[in-house]
Amino acid sequence: MSTALIVYLKECRESLRDRRVLMNSLLLGPLLGPVLFLVLMRLVVGRELEKAEQPLPVVVIGAERAPELVDALRQMGVEVKPAVDDPELAVREQRIDLALRVAPDFGAAWRAGWPAQLELIYDSSRREGGSDVERLRNMLDNYGHHYGALRLLARGLSPGIATPLALANRDTATPQARGALLFAMLPYMLILTIFIGGLWLAIDSTAGERERQSLEPLLINPVPRDRILLGKLLATTTFSTASLTLGLLAFLVVGMFMPTEELGMSLALGPHFFAVALPVLVPLVALLCICQILIAAFARSVREAQTYLGIAQLVPLIPSIVLSVLPVKAQLWMYAVPLLGQQITIMRLLRAEPVPPFALLLSALVTLLAATAVFMLTRRVYDSERLAISV
Amino acid sequence: MIEVRGLHKSFGAKRAVDGVSFCARDGEITGLLGPNGAGKTTTLRMLYTLMRPDAGSVLIDGIDAVHEPLAVRRTIGVLPDARGIYKRLTARENIEYFAALQGMDVPTARAACDSLIGTLAMQEIADRRTEGFSQGERVKTAIARALVHGPKNVLLDEPTNGLDVMATRSLREFLRGLKAAGRCVLLSTHLMQEVAALCDRIIIIAHGRVVADGTAEELRALAGEQHLEEAFMKLIGEVP
Repeated sequence: MSTALIVYLKECRESLRDRRVLMNSLLLGPLLGPVLFLVLMRLVVGRELEKAEQPLPVVVIGAERAPELVDALRQMGVEVKPAVDDPELAVREQRIDLALRVAPDFGAAWRAGWPAQLELIYDSSRREGGSDVERLRNMLDNYGHHYGALRLLARGLSPGIATPLALANRDTATPQARGALLFAMLPYMLILTIFIGGLWLAIDSTAGERERQSLEPLLINPVPRDRILLGKLLATTTFSTASLTLGLLAFLVVGMFMPTEELGMSLALGPHFFAVALPVLVPLVALLCICQILIAAFARSVREAQTYLGIAQLVPLIPSIVLSVLPVKAQLWMYAVPLLGQQITIMRLLRAEPVPPFALLLSALVTLLAATAVFMLTRRVYDSERLAISV
Repeated sequence: MIEVRGLHKSFGAKRAVDGVSFCARDGEITGLLGPNGAGKTTTLRMLYTLMRPDAGSVLIDGIDAVHEPLAVRRTIGVLPDARGIYKRLTARENIEYFAALQGMDVPTARAACDSLIGTLAMQEIADRRTEGFSQGERVKTAIARALVHGPKNVLLDEPTNGLDVMATRSLREFLRGLKAAGRCVLLSTHLMQEVAALCDRIIIIAHGRVVADGTAEELRALAGEQHLEEAFMKLIGEVP
């Protein structure tokens, strides 16, 4: 049996008995992204949806003077609250958010065809009230336009006279593209899953082994150190890949519960996404794992390794932020940058846009090349005399 | 058989080992005796090829440790200063892991493992995970995995460190057994009783140099002292 395989099997066996590794690689890693994502989506999306559907509480002063208007508002979703004594003071003291005052001569003015007066009482310095005011104003505008049109018709005039402009919105974003904007963070969450999946194994098999003083005895065996390193890398990669696979599956499930349709978006989070994203990300798994091992080999203790790796896992956030802020056009060279290439690929997959096979190949090749280079570097650290000496 | 000639090792400006030469023969127990920081562990680390000497040579059964470290490692069994074992593996799994790394096939490894478990009286603990093992049980496991491939040369760094009287006695018995089997046993210690009770030859190291080399009798004669401890103190230069 080859040395790397012996080390690999031992690391896997030991890790499968480690609750910490199991928690991180098989539970926390895969679920963190999807759950965080679901919560975020529910929060952002849910608020918009709720706003549109929830009744809008409005204190109405003098409701009896405009019963038809009040009925119409009720139908549009206003919850009419009984009048209060001093609405201005109540709004200022934040006891109520929004009040509508019907002028005493409202009925008379309405019947006479004069502009009938209404007052909106609100505090524009309170931000969360802004969209409520906007909603009520829209309702009143609609009501006003409706009756304005009826009055024109009653006098034999076209309502078009009072609407010199006709404005229509034409948003060219495809439903997928709108979704992907919200999903710009998804590639990073997948990368985080890879990172967390390999984290404990990388730390435990290098810094941990040295801290527990078992690295020196291990290295006295008649085997080349790069074989030992390879075995440890393969074990880390295995757990990281398992984490990624579970994470992708979790996203598949989460994708089904996303309220994307209600928002007029769609996301290509189906089996096709899963089938392409996994092979696209596996070279990245190898690269990230060997980087983790390299960093852990430099650390003098487990705690130190944790600190370094905690900082390191923020690095992949940079391309994510750049990509979500600057809507760059994907160019071939970008696929040749490890991390960036995979993130672009994932985002294009989510938008159901094609990715050129050549670009995929380029991305995989360069990433594997980078992984090999880091492996060589780590090998040098492993070959150094200081590696095993814990004191 | 271990032959060491003119070994040097410096860490920065500090000369940890400064020209150590000695010989440890087969069928004998050789003790490296010296105070803490004398260079015993560094010397042993160069012997078991974890460190490269700055100068000098190490021959183990005639094989050069600097040029053929892998070949040398097959002929030695080492209980290093760091003796951590894998706590999520059983004692047997710990031993068999090292057997596999020594290139032994599974049946041979299992047989060797069983035999060592018998010799070290580890039957009770062999299939338990090593988490929660006592110091003595851990040392036994570490010794078993170091010797599973039946090495001709055995190197032990402070083997009785942290062991109670019972465990120390049984470890000494075990080492005498190795000697009787014709192995070359080299151990380092800072304990006088240890060398007095166990060693055929004593090499006293102080400040990275060999200050005396011989049997207990010879050392006492050399220092002109009746007690070995007095002789030791005199030879390392702590008393005039």
